[in-house]
Amino acid sequence: MSNVSIDHPVVIHDLTVAYRDKPVLWDIELSIPPGKLVAIIGPNGAGKSTLIKAVLGLVPTVAGTVSLFGGSYRERRQMIGYVPQRSSVDWDFPTHALDVVMMGTYGQLGWFKRPGKAQRELALRCLEQVGMADFANRQISQLSGGQQQRVFLARALAQDAQLYFMDEPFVGVDAVTERAIVNLLRDLRARGKTVVCVHHDLDSAPEYFDWLVLLNVRLIAAGPFETTFTSENLRKTYGGTMGAAIKHIEHFEEDRLAISVQADTKRPNGH
Amino acid sequence: MSSAIVILLTGVLVAVACALLGAFLILRRMAMMVDAISHAILPGLVAGYFLAQGPDLLAGFAGAVLAAVLTVSLVEALQNTGRVGGESAIGIVFPAMFALGTFVVSKYFANVHLDADAILYGNIEFAAFDLLYINGVSLGPQSLWMMSGLCLMNLLFVGLLYKELKLATFDPGLAAALGFSPALIHYALMTVVSITTVGAFTAVGAILVVALFVVPAATAYLLTDRLPVMILLAVALGALSAVCGYAVAIVLDASVAGSIASTTGVLFGLAFLFAPQHGLVARARRLQRQRLEFAVQTLLVHLLNHEQSAEQQAESAYSHLSGELRWHPPFARRVTDAAKRATLLQQHGDMLNLTEAGRAEAEAARATDLQR
Repeated sequence: MSNVSIDHPVVIHDLTVAYRDKPVLWDIELSIPPGKLVAIIGPNGAGKSTLIKAVLGLVPTVAGTVSLFGGSYRERRQMIGYVPQRSSVDWDFPTHALDVVMMGTYGQLGWFKRPGKAQRELALRCLEQVGMADFANRQISQLSGGQQQRVFLARALAQDAQLYFMDEPFVGVDAVTERAIVNLLRDLRARGKTVVCVHHDLDSAPEYFDWLVLLNVRLIAAGPFETTFTSENLRKTYGGTMGAAIKHIEHFEEDRLAISVQADTKRPNGH
Repeated sequence: MSSAIVILLTGVLVAVACALLGAFLILRRMAMMVDAISHAILPGLVAGYFLAQGPDLLAGFAGAVLAAVLTVSLVEALQNTGRVGGESAIGIVFPAMFALGTFVVSKYFANVHLDADAILYGNIEFAAFDLLYINGVSLGPQSLWMMSGLCLMNLLFVGLLYKELKLATFDPGLAAALGFSPALIHYALMTVVSITTVGAFTAVGAILVVALFVVPAATAYLLTDRLPVMILLAVALGALSAVCGYAVAIVLDASVAGSIASTTGVLFGLAFLFAPQHGLVARARRLQRQRLEFAVQTLLVHLLNHEQSAEQQAESAYSHLSGELRWHPPFARRVTDAAKRATLLQQHGDMLNLTEAGRAEAEAARATDLQR
């Protein structure tokens, strides 16, 4: 079994996080396979962001272990990229987009060393990848919400990681940015990276992601969308209050039927 | 060295030492924490003197820095309980520390030379007379050595840890994830601030040192959008305040420290009003210009909408403008004049007609409006 934990980017065992005497995450057991786009979905207060923060060692845990590529977060830090919630920083900070992206290279640089030409060029390439090259010298407060989010993603790219954690990258962004993020996620997956996103929107989730973690303090279910995104699981995650969620499932199941029919008819003609 | 030059140099060096750290304190919203530190050093100073059996520089220094770091930790511990919010925690800790200091001074040091006034207001005026002796050889005014040391320390601190300070200030979450402990950086900064405060209070006093930390950096923040420029500007403004403040103090025969601190305030006021981007005046003018530009656009689109229509006569008449668009006649005139100046429309008698450029502009405005 130890092979599994080295292959798997994230293996969480018995993880419990509490705020005073209130459990935020309760006995989470989770293993995420490599090369997947993973959505963490659950209602407000389900502990979605906390799960990411606990994995990254940003909040204290009560019990349990987290192993990333078979090692501790400290040991694997260079392999891991992090995109915090956009609202977690002060966008009036006196700096420009390129400078923010360059911050992604600081981890590799280590203490005291200053970023140089190589870091600058890498940051510019990352800005290009998210379609923000023209805004490199723009003061960050003058960017729209979507542009700010793309700057954050470019910064994660500059970290050049194998495993990415993103906290609600799709919240409050425009359609252009949403497309840009989706393309970026697919590009990362094509390069064998694993991306774990906290996600809110049940509508877009099956289209954007291929692996699902349903969370509500406890782990409800985890696995590929095909087997995990079921009305049964969603009801368990959201309780009885989520009639709308069930509707999403029905759509998804219809779509899946349609897609599998298409795929079946296409297959013989394929390569 | 003449006394005047020593005072002036001391002032400039203190201002520079403080301003170097000021930008980070402003961006971390820690102005009140500096205030707390400046007051809380008193009991540490007293404790140091008590242990050394007299006003010993090193003992006082060590005690004061320890007291300052203790204050920061206490404030944070209180804030972390979640029962006492941000500023309130500061408001509880520093008066307590300061009170403890004054209590001990009055009780045990009533006969000893420990001048509370000197601690609060400094005595930069005597900077030239307090000489540093090593092995009986005079090396010049002690204050100059002290302030130069502080400048060097802060220059090294910001120079070496610039990237770390910036990251931990802008995004503590990422800093932690990348292995740059924000807590470590926070306490390093607070320690350097404490040492600077303790060193500087002999010159400008414990209270006015806050002005030198906070105000030049706050002024610089109004003048630029780039952190390195902000730091340099803060340093320049601090030095300028020291020079101007000294000059004013000489002319008016007033307290040098008070005059320097007041000058920082005056410079802030000027920047607040007249800063090119963020100043009050620039903002008001920008707002007015935008309002006029938008009104011109509104007028052009209005004219375009009624071009070649049956009601064009009525809608496009200058005399009907204020009625149709609910504009006061003077405003309507200003808008029409602005549009005419930009050759976006022509007036034939009472009729307003779009020019080619005006039609293009109106169509573009209408198109972007639809996109939204």
